[in-house]
Amino acid sequence: MSAEVSLGIPEMPAPDYPADVRARLENDAREVIARYPGSRSALLPLLHLVQSEDGYVTRTGIRFCAEMLGLTTAEVTAVATFYTMYRRKPSGEYQVGVCTNTLCAVMGGDAIFDELKQHLGVGNDETTADGKVTLEHIECNAACDFAPVVMVNWEFFDNQTPESAKALVDDLIAGREVRPTRGAPLCGYKQTARILAGFPDEREGAVEASGGAGPASLAGLKLHRGEAGAARVVPQRAESPGGEGAGYGSISPAEHASSHDAPQQSAVSDPDNPAGPVTEEDGE
Amino acid sequence: MTVEPAEKLLAPVLSAFWDDPRSWTLDTYRRHEGYQALTKALAMEPDDVIAYVKDSGLRGRGGAGFPTGMKWQFIPQGDGKPHYLVVNADESEPGTCKDIPLLFANPHSLIEGMVIACWAIRSHHAFIYLRGETVPVLRRLHEAVREAYAAGYLGQNIKGSGFDLELTVHAGAGAYICGEETALLDSLEGRRGQPRLRPPFPAVEGLYACPTVVNNVESIASVPAIINRGKEWFRSMGSEKSPGFTLYSLSGHVARPGQYEGPLGITLRQLLEMGGGMRPGHRLKFWTPGGSSTPMFTDEHLDVPLDYEGVGAAGSMLGTKALQCFDETTCVVRAVTRWTEFYAHESCGKCTPCREGTYWLVQLLRDIEAGKGRPEDLDKLNDIADNINGKSFCALGDGAAAPIFSSLKYFRAEYEEHIEGKGCPFDPARSTAWADKSRTEVNA
Repeated sequence: MSAEVSLGIPEMPAPDYPADVRARLENDAREVIARYPGSRSALLPLLHLVQSEDGYVTRTGIRFCAEMLGLTTAEVTAVATFYTMYRRKPSGEYQVGVCTNTLCAVMGGDAIFDELKQHLGVGNDETTADGKVTLEHIECNAACDFAPVVMVNWEFFDNQTPESAKALVDDLIAGREVRPTRGAPLCGYKQTARILAGFPDEREGAVEASGGAGPASLAGLKLHRGEAGAARVVPQRAESPGGEGAGYGSISPAEHASSHDAPQQSAVSDPDNPAGPVTEEDGE
Repeated sequence: MTVEPAEKLLAPVLSAFWDDPRSWTLDTYRRHEGYQALTKALAMEPDDVIAYVKDSGLRGRGGAGFPTGMKWQFIPQGDGKPHYLVVNADESEPGTCKDIPLLFANPHSLIEGMVIACWAIRSHHAFIYLRGETVPVLRRLHEAVREAYAAGYLGQNIKGSGFDLELTVHAGAGAYICGEETALLDSLEGRRGQPRLRPPFPAVEGLYACPTVVNNVESIASVPAIINRGKEWFRSMGSEKSPGFTLYSLSGHVARPGQYEGPLGITLRQLLEMGGGMRPGHRLKFWTPGGSSTPMFTDEHLDVPLDYEGVGAAGSMLGTKALQCFDETTCVVRAVTRWTEFYAHESCGKCTPCREGTYWLVQLLRDIEAGKGRPEDLDKLNDIADNINGKSFCALGDGAAAPIFSSLKYFRAEYEEHIEGKGCPFDPARSTAWADKSRTEVNA
């Protein structure tokens, strides 16, 4: 794809897939279309199917979707450009997404994303020269109790640090087997896109990989069963009749021009909030 | 001070066997009362099932809290049109992380609930609209649906009842707006995910302009337990107006983040007590009761009952019960800026207040965070948020305004500090999950 702006002569129609590829994709497409009462509902899965063939949404793929569904290429393009999971240019075999929505960002996602950019020498939505890794920042992926979270080809890598994330991309680039915290051993981007098109993962053991639920998902259940260490009751604040702003508001902004040299009041300096024994459990 | 240990309040139902090593399978589900409710429901008249769920008081777990049985009742019967059930599994609200672990560990609870719901509303084709970015969950849904068909819980003549149901698992492609039910329907019809004008409501003209129920995952997954154990059991938990159990998702600077299933009306103080409090050495600064679109709370609100009425009375919304907790190391301007960038990115562009308003909020907030803000910017922020809130096409706009209003209400001084001090006084390194680990090591 070139970035040049062409005015004047309209773009020629996209070439079709080779006949054998076209026949195979048509079979898949018919199976997808048959799942819906209205054929157009198959458009999102068919765009995933195109990505499973080409690694991104090509003009050929858009033409294919349009022909299968009786739409114009403009109608298909309008949909393909609306959704973030459809790539619009050739990209890496592994899509590495660092969550930088507020909670993950604060918990370290920003630092992870910055370090990965430096480590890989690429920016947001850019691919390493060897075509292995495309780095991007992503929005909240519904795993906040495992923050900070990194997704690779939409499998969960929970509780990441800059070090673990760098080791992860090194493994991807070196071609070593990588297993997510929750999900199946990684497959390539195109195979993942095929699952998204609605074709189940046929690999042995893929469904059961990584077990029933992640550790954080079990936090309440284990407590209920008395299996977790008894939690210590930590008063969350000193009882104060002050009402509004009783917590943070008690700190005068003027007292800390910079937290580097003037730490905010915290339990470290607050006798009401002693450091609890939860640290002992960190070593479990 | 509670006399009983706070964890005694927990009541795992949907999460009761998530620690089984093969919790997602049909075998495991059957060993835990799985598909018993379906047998009971199929022996009831469809209208009686609707009435039963209505009487149980189950309210939507996707954020709005609309009574589930009432949604089902709105479906016109005998109209000659196909009816559809669409489950909203597009869980994307920042902070929200309950449906994804539920579907990963216990997908059959949703499938059983869907068969019951479809029997009740006379639907023969149901859809699960799952956000695409969670392939491990998609894998297990594919497998669970396959198992359910093979066992005769889906397909033709389900368990000899004469009732037929097809279930299609549909993966989205990355768009927060598709969690809005009418945008979800447009997306499921193969269009850009943009909300529709209402009326007509989906119950009258939804998918393919046919009567459609759109329900959240957790709402539908709660139905089998209600049918099986009884509406009185369900009503024995929670309050009169907010009965039942639910999943609370604790995240952020807490000692033990995770899923905590218990009766509605539990408080954050109780959840933190059982979860070991904030991370050691820190105190709660601000939190969301139900995702970033619900106005934030502070440590004043630790005793607010986390049910629909309690949170509403305190000036926010229960939302998805996504309790994101931030401690005193967190800059509220940074947090709100990032959320606002999210809303700007996810605004579908259909209506002007949201599309333009979120853009300009981001410009102002970035300036303030970078120390380039001016004092009058704060009123401008409030003004722009006011022009989005209630004046947008759908609730995304209201959600975008919520962090602005609430943070200015509780933390205006912190904004002013950024402006007067020409920069952010916080060190982001101190907020990270590993910030205190290195310090502990040094001390040890």
